[in-house]
Amino acid sequence: MAGGLMNTKPPGGSALADVVRDAGLYALVAFGLCVPLISYRTDPGPAGLDLTPRWPLVAGLCAAIFVVRLLQRLVLMRRDARRASAPAQTDETLGLAPDAAIKLSTLALWAFIGLALTLPFVAALASGGLGEARYWIDLGILILTYVMLGWGLNIVVGLAGLLDLGYVAFYAVGAYSYALLATTFGLSFWICLPLAGLFAALWGMLLGFPVLRLRGDYLAIVTLAFGEIIRLVLINWVDVTGGGAGISSIPRATFFGIPFTAGEEGFAARFGLTFDSMHRVVFLYYVILALALITNLVTLRLRRLPIGRAWEALREDEIACRSLGINTTTTKLTAFALGAAFGGVAGSFFAVRQGFISPESFNFLESAIILAIVVLGGMGSQVGVAIAAIAMVGGPEMLRNLGFLKAVFGEGFDPNEYRLLLFGLAMVAMMVWRPRGLISVRVPSVALGKRRAISGAHVSEGHG
Amino acid sequence: MGPVPDMDGVVLAVEHLTMRFGGLTAVGDLSFDVRRGDITALIGPNGAGKTTVFNCITGFYKPTEGRLTLAHADGSRHLLERLPNHAVNRTARVARTFQNIRLFQGMTVLENLLVAQHAPLMRASGLSVLGLLGAGSYRRAEAAAIERAKEWLGRIDLMGRADDPAGDLPYGAQRRLEIARAMCTDPVLLCLDEPAAGLNPRESGELNALLRHIRDAHDTSVLLIEHDMSVVMEISDHVVVLDYGVKIADGTPGEVRADPRVIAAYLGVEDEEVAEVDAEVGLAVTHLEPQA
Ligand SMILES: Nc1ncnc2c1ncn2[C@@H]1O[C@H](COP(=O)(O)OP(=O)(O)OP(=O)(O)O)[C@@H](O)[C@H]1O
Ligand SMILES: [Mg+2]
Repeated sequence: MAGGLMNTKPPGGSALADVVRDAGLYALVAFGLCVPLISYRTDPGPAGLDLTPRWPLVAGLCAAIFVVRLLQRLVLMRRDARRASAPAQTDETLGLAPDAAIKLSTLALWAFIGLALTLPFVAALASGGLGEARYWIDLGILILTYVMLGWGLNIVVGLAGLLDLGYVAFYAVGAYSYALLATTFGLSFWICLPLAGLFAALWGMLLGFPVLRLRGDYLAIVTLAFGEIIRLVLINWVDVTGGGAGISSIPRATFFGIPFTAGEEGFAARFGLTFDSMHRVVFLYYVILALALITNLVTLRLRRLPIGRAWEALREDEIACRSLGINTTTTKLTAFALGAAFGGVAGSFFAVRQGFISPESFNFLESAIILAIVVLGGMGSQVGVAIAAIAMVGGPEMLRNLGFLKAVFGEGFDPNEYRLLLFGLAMVAMMVWRPRGLISVRVPSVALGKRRAISGAHVSEGHG
Repeated sequence: MGPVPDMDGVVLAVEHLTMRFGGLTAVGDLSFDVRRGDITALIGPNGAGKTTVFNCITGFYKPTEGRLTLAHADGSRHLLERLPNHAVNRTARVARTFQNIRLFQGMTVLENLLVAQHAPLMRASGLSVLGLLGAGSYRRAEAAAIERAKEWLGRIDLMGRADDPAGDLPYGAQRRLEIARAMCTDPVLLCLDEPAAGLNPRESGELNALLRHIRDAHDTSVLLIEHDMSVVMEISDHVVVLDYGVKIADGTPGEVRADPRVIAAYLGVEDEEVAEVDAEVGLAVTHLEPQA
């Protein structure tokens, strides 16, 4: 990057000129990209393609990029100057000492749990009825599903340092396990849930066994391929999976055997409530909340056990691990299998909530989103992952509700279509501001005195 | 393979060890013994193949030829070249340190010492199941492991820094911690790759005391690679000299020092020059990483 060369110059008049020149360069590159992509809009017209010039848009984009880069350089320059004058050990950009970061993140975790526990009630009160709160509860379910997936993948990527680009495969295995077991054998959700986790773990081990001797990029590529293979099998093995059409009319979840129906035997009648279709949704909400919290609890506990410490040691230095008698293959395999199991459980929850699944739901984009949540959150940090999941999944939804965006971009504006763009922007912003994720400090698993956080600068991110 | 050698008083017997990398013979037909309770030094000029010998002993390389027999005090034997990498430590109980320190930098000093006690702790945690349930037996095992770590922290003078990340420690302390971490695996043979490299004279003296303590107070024999002749001559009971992968001398420090071939290959210069050379080779050389 051109800017990298200039960072060394002392701040002053010439530095400012450098910054402006640098921003100008960025705008120029942006212009170069815009000319073929944006400058003309093509519409099918009566006589072939109609070209509509959009030069104002191009100019606007280039100007925006110029300004953003200018601001970024200026702010970075100020940050560097501030750091140079105060060389204390602080946590990257928040300017927090690692210990303050621990306090803040524990607080954030409890705030998250508190909010999650009360969300259906708060939403019902705020919007004046359970039915009206449906949107919020559905959104909560969606976010919690990703929180659980993020926490599951965090075991593999954040703790053990194994880059897994095919996590969605285990999500799919869990979803199809439930769908097939429930539709063919009529097994109930509560029996299928652990079975789905077990199957996914089994697949995790099957994949892990040959693959885990690979490292870094190679591991990432093979897991990526594995995710695609699972999806292609789901599409092409029509007899079992129903192919691209998927599996529909998957049995709904029951309240431990009591169905959520309006009849005599239904949940509402049994508990003396008036029937409301929202009972099922609220119930599902608490199911996924419980599952996510179990994932979190198990992870937090395992971190303090020898296996968790071995995972982190593996991320730090695999060769040293082997010299200390740690069987790295089985250690990696347990991380992989456990992560897969949580993914599988989340998958079977997905199936029971949707009532319909198809291979489309399990494409690479899902893997990328889950991985992005883990990376943005700060690898290994539970709270960071929760916050990132809210931002990544809830963010586009929030945008949908912002009326002025529609005013700017027109009535048909759907932020979901810009999701990838937003991810890209979020990633770039994170690389610039917090390259180690939102919460980059590591909390030791054990301490003689007070637990003191370890600055992210020491912590390795693993090499595969 | 020939008959099992008579291992009376020998903890490690290296026989006809050969390691070739393509056309390069890094170690050629090397045989020597490490006697129980001794500090044995492996010395030789740069690139002589010392680290390669260590990598063969500790299972990081599979030797091209040769046999490495490790004997425990109870008489059991282990053929190291046939064991998987991690089993060399876990079952044969050989521990090592690395020429370029390999601590878990992002973990605390205490955590480093606990990771080294992985195998017994894993057993106590019932493969994590008992541990997850918070069983008392696991908690007692963990407390014992922490006690043991504290003992070593006291010994290497790092008690006050137990909760600091290992990457924050000064160089000399990192070297000591790596030795303590290896000792926490309860080895019968401890292999140290240039433990005194980069240490100042005071730290070097402390290291000698630590190594003597390990030899005398523990059931652990020591095999060390060292460039610093003052360390070698002062603490080792037995010295093996390598040059171009071949053994050129083997005996007590006094004998080796007087050996004309050693003088030619390694010590054939004035004392100050030795010190200079030592400083160069001990610090400035980069090394190939052992590969799995
Ligand atoms: N993995 C490898 N692949 C190829 N050649 C290797 C490998 N490991 C070591 N060698 C070669 O073997 C020879 C011996 O290397 P080794 O590292 O064992 O020397 P050393 O005695 O430890 O040297 P130093 O005193 O510098 O640490 C060198 O020529 C080295 O280049
Ligand atoms: Mg060496």
